[in-house]
Amino acid sequence: MNIVEVNDLVKRYDSFTAVDGVTFHLTEGEIFGLLGPNGAGKTTTINMLTGLARITSGSASVAGLTYPGGLKKAQRLIGIVPDESNLYEELDGFENLCFCAALYGISRKERETKARELLEQFNLTEAGERPFKAYSKGMKRKLTIAAGIIHDPRILFLDEPTTGIDVSSARQIRALIQELHRQGKTILLTTHYIEEAERLCQRIAFLVQGKIVRLGTLPDLMEEVQQGNVVQFTLSKATPDLAEKIFGAFPEIQTETINTNTIRFFSATPINIAPLTRFFDELGLSIFEAKRIHPSLEDVFVKVTKVVLNQMKQEKGGGKG
Amino acid sequence: MKSWIAFWNILKKDMRTYYLKPPNISWGIIFPVAWTLMLFVKSGGSVNIISLLPGVMCLSILFGTTSMLAVTITFERRNRSFERLLIAPVDLNLLIFAKTSGAILFGIVNAFFPVVMALFLTPLFDIAWFPVLADVFLISATSTFMGLFIAVSVSEVFEAQTFSNFFRFPMIFLCGLFIPIQDLPGFLKPLSYILPLTYGADILKSLISRDGHMGIAASFLILLVFCLVLFWFSMRNVKRKWIV
Repeated sequence: MNIVEVNDLVKRYDSFTAVDGVTFHLTEGEIFGLLGPNGAGKTTTINMLTGLARITSGSASVAGLTYPGGLKKAQRLIGIVPDESNLYEELDGFENLCFCAALYGISRKERETKARELLEQFNLTEAGERPFKAYSKGMKRKLTIAAGIIHDPRILFLDEPTTGIDVSSARQIRALIQELHRQGKTILLTTHYIEEAERLCQRIAFLVQGKIVRLGTLPDLMEEVQQGNVVQFTLSKATPDLAEKIFGAFPEIQTETINTNTIRFFSATPINIAPLTRFFDELGLSIFEAKRIHPSLEDVFVKVTKVVLNQMKQEKGGGKG
Repeated sequence: MKSWIAFWNILKKDMRTYYLKPPNISWGIIFPVAWTLMLFVKSGGSVNIISLLPGVMCLSILFGTTSMLAVTITFERRNRSFERLLIAPVDLNLLIFAKTSGAILFGIVNAFFPVVMALFLTPLFDIAWFPVLADVFLISATSTFMGLFIAVSVSEVFEAQTFSNFFRFPMIFLCGLFIPIQDLPGFLKPLSYILPLTYGADILKSLISRDGHMGIAASFLILLVFCLVLFWFSMRNVKRKWIV
């Protein structure tokens, strides 16, 4: 069942088009990833779905509630974790959670119980009485996630949840996301960390310059870069004429020299490595490693979007690992 | 019911986080004392507390509400905590009403600080306090909605302060509190009549020092219209500028 439907969504700011005809849906219980560089339109898309930005054209609906008329009712079903923690600096962790629950009309007794449970679940019980401004970035992000789910939403929008935080906190947050997924929450995750999307999401859309350039399940997307069979050898050293010698001996195999001691072999049929090892042995080269290479989502992303990956990785620090 | 839980908690949080902070409470006390002392010195010591009271009350409300609301909302928008409210399933009118209620209450409390102080110096028994309270409420509401208008128009906290003064200082001198409107130069008089504080101050003068010039009922009506128009105008701007 599609719990979120987005059709031909457009957001324009004067002459600038931030989101340009985006169409996708979220199936109940899945983690759907929006992957793209900064400025791709990920946050703007979320803002339109959460009521922080007006839709220029196109349509959106959540649990059958069509926007803009159904927005306020839909907001009850949505939990939002923005890219920057936006809780109240002056309130402590417990008060922040209680206040966020109160915004959803939850009674005092219920919100206090729920806040205590979440602080425990997120390992923040001890920090619960500390003001939010005294929290580390990782703790802030965890409390922001807790605030996003305190009203038990069916759908959770997570906007760059691990950006700018340390590796350990990022890992904890990824584990929390997986736990929320196990609890049956539908999650829309935006990220520019390819490994994160690959690890967490069932379906992924690549968003570049406001447009979805590819959308599918991980295996669907991987089909884009299936290159037959790829085997990589790490040798003691690769001489400059090695590729030529290999081509002479194995004309059916294509080669690519990765660096001074790493070489890749490509073939449409499975590669028998026994003749290759004998060949290197005869040349007096030691083989330190031989492994089969599987294409990664990163390969797909680079091929499809032509986005320079290093630039994208450097856009925001932290979070990986 | 659920919306009112949200309303009450927004109001409670604002009162606790902003309005009931010691610096603001001390502001509420120091400000009227400073104005009274200034006028006391100016008059050479022969000050009439009753005649000063409407002016000091009006200024306490005006300075308290306009800047507080403009600054707190701009501050929350800068650190993005205001987005928490916008994504909540609370009607925007109720949300803004909750945010402004704190400032209105702050204005009312500020207005009665000078009254309490005046009680130690002069009897205030023959004043109709219910209409005074109604007038104080309306002055507070109009000043708060002006603060909201300022909050919608600026993006930085310091701009909110500067922009507030742009409205407040001309109002002090044009509303008839310290310079009677009839004594103002002809070209300034029309300006006096388009300021809500002129009507609020005149009601207080009529009720407390008995030297108001306009009819109380008409002034109440005009003040109420100002209140509604400012709220409507601010809401229109909120919808246009905050949810783009």
